[in-house]
Order: sequence, then C-alpha cells, then structure tokens
Amino acid sequence: MNKVMSNKWVIAMYVLPALLLILVLIYVPIILTGYYGLMKWDGIGEMDFIGLSNYTKLLTDDDFWQSSLNSLLLAIFSLLSLIGYLAISLVLAAKIKGADLLRKIYLIPMLLSSVAIAQLWLKIYHPSNGLLNSLLVFFGVDNPPAWLAEPNLVLGAIFVPIIWQYAGFYILIYYAALKNIPDSVIEAAKIDGASPLQIAYKIKLPLIMGVIKVTIVLSFVGSLKYFDLIYVMTGGGPNGASEVIASYMYKQAFNSYNFGYGSAVGFALLLFCLLATVVIQRLTRTDDEVEY
Amino acid sequence: MLLLLTMMTAIVLSGCGGGDDAGDGGGTAGGGDKVTVKMMHLWPAGSSKQHHGIVEDIIKQYEEENPDVKIETEILSNDQYKEKIKVLASSNQLPDVGLTWAAGFLRPYVEGGKFAALDDVLEGELGESFISGTTEAFSVDGKAYGLPLELNIAPIYYNKRIFEENNLEVPETFDDFKNVVKTLVDNGVTPITVGNKEPWTGSMWYMYLADRIGGKETLTNAINRSGSFEDPALVQAAAEIQNLVDLGAFVKGYNGLSNEEAKGPFMNEKAAMYMMGSWELPNFTTNEDVPQEFKDQIGFFKFPLVEGGKGDINSFVGGPGVGLFVSENSKVQQEAKDFVKFFVQKWGEVSVTGAGVIPATKVDTSQLDLPEMFIDVLDELNKASNITLYADVQMSASAAQEHLNLIQSLFGKEITAEEFATRHEEVLADEE
Repeated sequence: MNKVMSNKWVIAMYVLPALLLILVLIYVPIILTGYYGLMKWDGIGEMDFIGLSNYTKLLTDDDFWQSSLNSLLLAIFSLLSLIGYLAISLVLAAKIKGADLLRKIYLIPMLLSSVAIAQLWLKIYHPSNGLLNSLLVFFGVDNPPAWLAEPNLVLGAIFVPIIWQYAGFYILIYYAALKNIPDSVIEAAKIDGASPLQIAYKIKLPLIMGVIKVTIVLSFVGSLKYFDLIYVMTGGGPNGASEVIASYMYKQAFNSYNFGYGSAVGFALLLFCLLATVVIQRLTRTDDEVEY
Repeated sequence: MLLLLTMMTAIVLSGCGGGDDAGDGGGTAGGGDKVTVKMMHLWPAGSSKQHHGIVEDIIKQYEEENPDVKIETEILSNDQYKEKIKVLASSNQLPDVGLTWAAGFLRPYVEGGKFAALDDVLEGELGESFISGTTEAFSVDGKAYGLPLELNIAPIYYNKRIFEENNLEVPETFDDFKNVVKTLVDNGVTPITVGNKEPWTGSMWYMYLADRIGGKETLTNAINRSGSFEDPALVQAAAEIQNLVDLGAFVKGYNGLSNEEAKGPFMNEKAAMYMMGSWELPNFTTNEDVPQEFKDQIGFFKFPLVEGGKGDINSFVGGPGVGLFVSENSKVQQEAKDFVKFFVQKWGEVSVTGAGVIPATKVDTSQLDLPEMFIDVLDELNKASNITLYADVQMSASAAQEHLNLIQSLFGKEITAEEFATRHEEVLADEE
C-alpha cells in the first residue's frame, strides 16, 4: 500500500472525486455569485455588465446595513447563549439523577424541522389567543403586546425560538466533550481539595477549550447566515424590523427580481462570515493544546 | 491495482454525472407520432382538489378530441411554482404551457422573450368572450401574452349577526363606516381583521380609499408615472388608513398575522368585517367544511363612498389572477396554442360551478345553479364601472416590494402619510 500511495497520480485519483464535487457544488457557485454581483439581471432575461455598482450601492443601502446589524445582534445573542448551554452541560455531566432524560428533552427541538418550530412559535406568539398572551392575560396584564407585529419587540421575540432550537445541539456537543475528560483528573483535583466550582472553571473548561472554540465559530457564523425561522415567522417584517442578511438577499433576488443585487448581498454575507471566522480564530488562539 | 482504481473512479464519476438528461427529453415527441405538450400548474390534488379535478377533466377531453396530442402535467404548489418557473425561464426550459400572473410578474418574462404573443389565439370569438380589461392586464406593448383564467373583485364581507347585535347597518358612506367601527370597538368586538404580514391585504384598503377619494384614475396614474403619489387625494387616503388604525379598527397584531391567520377571527365570528377577493366566496357558500349557520351570517357590501370624494360605488379593486402562457421556445407551439384556447373555453364553462372560480370570460348567470351570494357578486362584476388592478401587481417587482413594505409601515404608524407618499415617489422615480 505504501508503494501505491507514493505514486502522486494515485493520490490525485483518490482525491479527485471529492475535489470535483466540492469544486462544482461549492467553489464554482461562490465565484459565480460574485460574478453575478457585477451584473444587472432580473433572473430571466439577458445580463448587463454594470461593474461594481451593485457593490457600491450596497455600501450606502440602509436596509442592507439594518439587516446586517440584526444579523450581528443575533450572532452576539447566540454567543451569549453558549454560556447558558455550557452551564447546563456542566450540570448534566456532573452525574446528577435523570441527566439522561434531561439530555433527551433538550435534544427534542433539534429533531423538529425549522418550519415546524416556526409554526409552533407562531401559535405561542399569536396576539389574541396565543399561549404567551393568554398566560399574560391570566396573570393580569391588560394589553399584552402583539409580539411579532411590534418593530421594537419582534427581533427579541424571534431570537427566543432560535436559541431554543439550537440548545440541544450545543448541549450535546458540550456534554460529549465533558464526558471525555478522564475521571482520574477530576479525582486528583478532588483529593487536592478543589471545590466543584474550581474543578469546573480551572479543569473542565480548559480541557474542552478546543470544542468551545469550534462552537463559537459555528454559532456565530451560523447566526450570521440564519434564514429559515425568520422567513417563515415574519418574512423580515414588519417593514424590515426583523430582516437579516440572508432574508434580505432572498427578497432582493426572488421577490424584487434583482438577481444581480441579491448576488452582491450574498457575496457580502460570505465575506462577513469569512471575516468573522478569521477574527474569532485569532481571538481564541492558544499556544498549546492540552493532552491527557 | 492501478487499473482497478481507475475503473472505480470512472464508475463513481459517471454515477454523479448521469441522471442529468433524464427529465429533458419531452417537448418534441413522445412515442410514435404523438406530440407531447408539457404543462405546469399550481393546483395539487391535495390542497386544491376542485381546481385540480377541472384541469384533469379538461385535459382528458382535449386528449379525446385530439388523439395525437398528449398533455403531460407537472404540478407544484404556489410558492414553489413561482420559484421553479423562474429558474426554468433563465435556462430556457419553460414548459410549453404554464400559468403566469399579470402585469408586473409577466413583464420580465416578455422582455426576456420567454412567452409567446397570443394575439392570434385571441382573434375572433375567443377574444370577445373575455371581460374587457382582463386580457389587457396580460398585455405588454399592446400584445397579449397570457389568457386570464380568473377575475376577482374585493368586497367587504361582514357578519350579519354581529351587525344586528350591535344595532348596525351596512354603511353607505365612509363616515358611517367609521361610526360602525367606533360602535364595534366600544362594544369590544374586533371591527376588521386583516393579515398585514402579507401587506397586499392592507394595500387593498389603501387602494379603495384612494379610489373613493381621488377617483378611479388617480392611483393608476401615480403608478404609471403620469400622476404622483403626492397627489392630495392619495395622501389623504394614507391618512385615513392611519385614522382607522387610531380608531382601533384592525385586529390586534395585524402586522404580524398572515392572511390565513387573520381570516380565523372572521370565521370564528370574533371579527365583524373582512375584505378579501371574491375567491373567498366558496368559504361563505359552498364549502362543506364550514358550518351552515356561519355561512348564513355572511353578507358583503361595496366599499362605502367618501363624502366629497370623486369615487364611484361600482368601482372595485381586483383583477385577474393567473392566466395561461405559451412558451416562446416551445417546439410544439402550435399545439400548445390550440390547447390553451380549448382550455380557456372549457374553463369558462365549468370553473364557477366546479370550483367557485369566477372566470375571466363572461358568465351567463341565468343558466347556472349557484348560491345567491355568488350570483350577487357576479352581477356586481357585470355592473362594475372600473376594476383597479392590485397595486403590487401593477408595479414592477422591486417597486411592489417597496410598496408592500411601506403599507406595513403605514399601518404600523412608523411613517406619516406624507412620508408614505414621498417614499413611493422616490422608488418609482428610480425606476424611470
């Protein structure tokens, strides 16, 4: 086998199928998107080359920046929620009773499709007979807000189901990482007199730092390009108050027939995600990996 | 070893590459001498059973009369249909026959040379059977590119029982209307339900006010740029919307409710009024899933006149829904044209009774056995002095998007009536 693998052609052949797939399905479309961004195109007729004007228009487009800000808020919110997930996982992994059952309960939202979750939460938020407002009325609130119709509430109201949706996923990842820490390390710490809090903070967290970094990138970038729940629940409304970059891109391309401009928005989204990934990796870089 | 590897790679690669051509073959000829005409429509058997059945029947009849033609259908639901048709158009793979929407939707397809002109089909008898104004909505530069299948007007449906309980009568003027709203609000009943998360519903309210205040041409002129949205009548119409909002006329959370969700309170007799296209009529007449006691409570009235306005009570907001197109690149264009002609005629005969669809071709109500409310609406339609096409359909896609956003802000009181006007002017001026 060694002899086979030393032949460069053979290596190339092994790599080729995957490489072709990735080229055709990922890199070529990315380049094409950037290219369409240079065009004025309604998606149906002929394309007109207009140089960079879609991109310069983007820089002064208030709606685009508003949706970028909303995406950024969602990303920051998701990052903060990671702390909560981590805390829950620490408790779950500490061999409490019923951890198994709880873990399964937390996982359920992840098994539902986004559209089902959106429908569920639409019912919860329904202004007159939704679960939330019925509860509020029961507790004596006179005029509970129409959550998805108020421009200054809608963003927060949409973040909650998104957090709920992904809780199971991150808790599962953290839980698995924490379970991987050898008991001997924890026991040694206990013998040395470390408190549970110290064990969590000084031992467990540093040991799963690699996983935490991955989840930070996943949740931040995932939030930047988030689309489905928002599209189903509010369609970006009312009047753009819950618009995010991806839903803005969709609207431009498919509702307004500005495929060129929509592509430019999509390309900008790609740049944002790349930038975020690089910055996060820089910020969280540590010198050496811990090994057991 | 090397040979084996090469073979494996080749198999993997060909596995990925195949499959591509499978769906393409149709178009020209099926087996033998048979000609296949491909048709795409948006009435799946599950969600639009009656429509689906009518289409199937028409196709069957056509195939019987033309044994050498086979009609092959592909069915998608509304939103998927809209997206797929667009993708197909950009790669020149449109079906021979399909459905399109009027004006703003149709224009890019016509300008891109995707749809065939249908003037030859409309010549003679068929052209005259359409209600005037319907084929025009599918025309670009004087040529028709679609044969409309539906025509709808939007009356205000109201619940007679709620009106009686609150000692209310059908309002004749807009002041009466506002008094009705006030009384209902005072008595704790939701006056109007509207699902303005889909702002075309709110847009119809604005359009009616524009029509009743400024007359039938003002809004249309503002959109086609011979007039302006800053016309005092249009600004006043926007202001009246906000007056209604201030009165508490609309259902709670209207900007976050879809049309379907907003319909709920009306169907549950929690809201007194609901403005919607006449396509809702089956729900108030023939639909067996809706209780008869409820259906008996529902009536409709025309949008009241505004004192001092130039409106006409018989002017409606509405317009043709979908229409049939024939692809310009179709290899069987002649057969396709023949088929759409047949389709439109048959559709006009059976769609009202079969699916509660008001066709764009003239209907002789005396010959039909229809629920009373249907007859009434059809009669109103025959009396109509004008039908103003939905504003978002009149506009180009990107202007329409902006119009819908602005309607939402207007209802949400995030902008004033004057800002509403100026923003429209900016958007439409951009397009010229």
